[in-house]
Amino acid sequence: MSAALQGCGDAPVLRERGQREVFCGLTGIIWLHRKIQDAFFLVVGSRTCAHLIQSAAGVMIFAEPRFATAIIDERDLAGLADCNDELDRVVTQLLARRPEIKLLFLVGSCPSEVIKLDLSRAAERLSAQHMPQVRVLNYSGSGIETTFTQGEDACLAALVPILPRATGRSLLVVGALAEVVEDQLRRLLAAMGVDQLRFLPPRSALDLPPVGPDTLYILAQPFLADTARALESRGATRLPAPFPLGIEGTTAWLEAAATAWGVSAARFAEVTAPPIARAEASLARYRPELAGKSIFFFPDSQLEIPLARFLAREMGMALVEVGTPFLHRQHLADELALLPAGTSLSEGQDVERQLDRCRAAAPDLVVCGLGLANPLEAEGMSTKWSIELLFTPIQGYEQAADLAELFARPLQRRTKLRV
Amino acid sequence: MQLTLWTYEGPPHVGAMRIATAMEGVHYVLHAPQGDTYADLLFTMIERLPKRPPVTYTTFQARDLGGDTAELFKNSAREAYERFKPDLMLVGASCTAELIQDDPGGLTKALALPVPVVAVELPAYQKKENWGAAETFYQIVRACAGPHAPPPGSRPVRGERPRCNILGPAALGFRHRDDLIEITRLLTGMGIDVNVTAPQGATPADLARLGDADFNVVLYLEIAGQAASWLSRTFGQPFTKTIPIGIGATTAFIHEVAALAGINAAPALAGAPSRMPWYARSVDSNYLTNKRVFVFGDASHAIAAARVAQDEFGFTVVGLGTYSREFARDVRDAAKLYGVEALISDDYLEIEAHVAALSPELVLGTQMERHIAKRLGIPCAVISAPVHVQDFPARYAPQMGWEGANVLFDTWVHPLMMGLEEHLIGMFRGDFEFAADAAPSHLGHARPLPTPTPTEEPAEAAPLRWAPDAEKELGKIPFFVRGKARRNTERFAAEKSLATITVDTLYDAKAHYGR
Repeated sequence: MSAALQGCGDAPVLRERGQREVFCGLTGIIWLHRKIQDAFFLVVGSRTCAHLIQSAAGVMIFAEPRFATAIIDERDLAGLADCNDELDRVVTQLLARRPEIKLLFLVGSCPSEVIKLDLSRAAERLSAQHMPQVRVLNYSGSGIETTFTQGEDACLAALVPILPRATGRSLLVVGALAEVVEDQLRRLLAAMGVDQLRFLPPRSALDLPPVGPDTLYILAQPFLADTARALESRGATRLPAPFPLGIEGTTAWLEAAATAWGVSAARFAEVTAPPIARAEASLARYRPELAGKSIFFFPDSQLEIPLARFLAREMGMALVEVGTPFLHRQHLADELALLPAGTSLSEGQDVERQLDRCRAAAPDLVVCGLGLANPLEAEGMSTKWSIELLFTPIQGYEQAADLAELFARPLQRRTKLRV
Repeated sequence: MQLTLWTYEGPPHVGAMRIATAMEGVHYVLHAPQGDTYADLLFTMIERLPKRPPVTYTTFQARDLGGDTAELFKNSAREAYERFKPDLMLVGASCTAELIQDDPGGLTKALALPVPVVAVELPAYQKKENWGAAETFYQIVRACAGPHAPPPGSRPVRGERPRCNILGPAALGFRHRDDLIEITRLLTGMGIDVNVTAPQGATPADLARLGDADFNVVLYLEIAGQAASWLSRTFGQPFTKTIPIGIGATTAFIHEVAALAGINAAPALAGAPSRMPWYARSVDSNYLTNKRVFVFGDASHAIAAARVAQDEFGFTVVGLGTYSREFARDVRDAAKLYGVEALISDDYLEIEAHVAALSPELVLGTQMERHIAKRLGIPCAVISAPVHVQDFPARYAPQMGWEGANVLFDTWVHPLMMGLEEHLIGMFRGDFEFAADAAPSHLGHARPLPTPTPTEEPAEAAPLRWAPDAEKELGKIPFFVRGKARRNTERFAAEKSLATITVDTLYDAKAHYGR
């Protein structure tokens, strides 16, 4: 593609170090516990951790959650209680209450990391005790090590060592997706003849996808650096591709998979033509609303660069600044190549300085976290909560217009309201 | 370690944020790891405040721990001062920073900022949000008002008109916004001047003149109790003890305030300042009599709600509890008035089990109990924090004072079925819409309502058998009391050592437990 020459492949990046207005990796539990339906997430942390998940989960959830916090207290810190004995007791209590759990994640937090509580040894010990009914794994979702979506990365990376060994060729799609999206991608790839298709994370802990030297994997989310490394250590090979957002991203993503599988160009075009036509028609509705409008991304989920690429190239939006908490140049190489040349990129955050830049630029739309949205609205800006982009099916052809609509809605609302 | 599904209170530094956010001219520098900034959304999303809380987080990461986190704190504090130019800086640590022991107070002192600095030590592994709010408010009050304390033994000079401070309203408080309006109106109507309201809307300079008042009105003991005690010792200011929620308590509050102000209470009590007493006496409210209620919340709201439930609605309080361990004794004393054992717990699972065992007809609780009540199919009204976006209604909805009593009447009665509706269901329980698995007709006919999960029966009991006709009769009992009827009948049968429950057993049990 000629656009690659004009992209942002080696564009300069503003690196910021200051207050970061982002969630920690524990937040990923909010969608992961719904995704893997027989898994339970036990955070070993403080009251702050419990309060964070509860608050970020959007008030309260009206079903008993499959997550909880083992709150460390003064007795644990003072050495009056042995943390490992206490953890064993809490796990036993939990498993007695929830006998349907098949997989338990012990999730490390800032306090558990700082006091150096060894959760991997605890997981081994508890696994030995509770197998085969329950397998116990661990990962860290602490804020000192993970930013928001990196919690999913750490969780999936923890799953990789226990994936069964693959015997033949297979294609593995990596990254949590809405079930409706998985089903659509599965149908499209099956129609092309990709018959050995699996997803990580699986919907059930008992249905782990196999991995081996003949496994090709393709990332469906841009924040999975550790998971990718772990899969590669199992011999799997990454298929580089942009991410399946928008028509262009979805086509390029499917194409990477199809080409590797040996699907003919004719077959690929035949399978993708109808959904592409449908998506074109529905995107056309939102293009007049978004084209020419300027957008500013605060760093949040690492989805910012693929989203910016979609909004700039398919919807004609002008990118003021695209912030990302962390820029993985290798995994985002195809995305960066597609970004309009000269896009202002920033990595990390100093929220006060970034707010100054945002106010000075006065963009038409700001994508930011929940802590900033209402204050910016009160200053007269239109905002889109970034967390909604994680909780909404946005990948694939059939969701391309839904994705555009998420950005069009705040603008529509601003013109519609007369109060 | 404690297994926790939901928490009633956040960590203590969130309490400190509630004070800093309520005040003007205060900035809080919090030594905290990345992620702790989630707390901003409590204020911007739940309370819908149009501004960010005045908090700077150092947001240290793993790579900083090997380096100099103390230097990071100093830089953050210096930059925060330069950017925000507050009148007072509050500094402290969140749970993780407490472990790395960087001493935010000492570090800030070394910066020699030209404004007062208050360092709050909030032990995150022992204490919780309300304690953190109370401690922070106390420390700021002390720092601002302390220098103006009269010399020991001197008699304060007071003005002509009685004058008070209102203490307690804070950010993220349950209806604090509207309670403050209601109580301010009540006090000014009595001819009492409000000197300072704090922390809500107060500047550090306002706190410096707290001593100018004759007495303090404490609306939320959980937040302002500690500061009020100190003001009482230091400035000789007495403070109110009555929480004016409900007609009786509002009346008592007016008497208390009038005595402190040295004025006559009668004018403020004249006429019919609230509709609530008449609504409660209205014949339509007869059906409320002896409804069994479970009350849970922070200590002040739970104690107040129990009194209102019993004395002003004619309910029967079958359970009373709080998650505020600091005020356990007050709640235990209150529970004695109703002949119940107080439930002092912040373990959501324990409270759920307690509610299930009591099977009350109404739950007055927090958003957590709303969740529990929903699962158990019991009506519920929310009376206390922890707050939810729904607890910040657009309309004026105080809990305190005369208008507050009106609001209580509406919001507590609303979740219940109306009197005649309840009678009709009792009379015509054979109606197909009232039978076994029918959904309430006002919810449409689309889907039968899932019956509440039956609570587990004690395993050691001899196996009880329900005769088919008795089981059928049980099915005619409306779904919302069927669980209770089943349990009562089985308990009755077990006590009488009956092996089979017949229709007669069902009615014998009804007669036995009937009220």
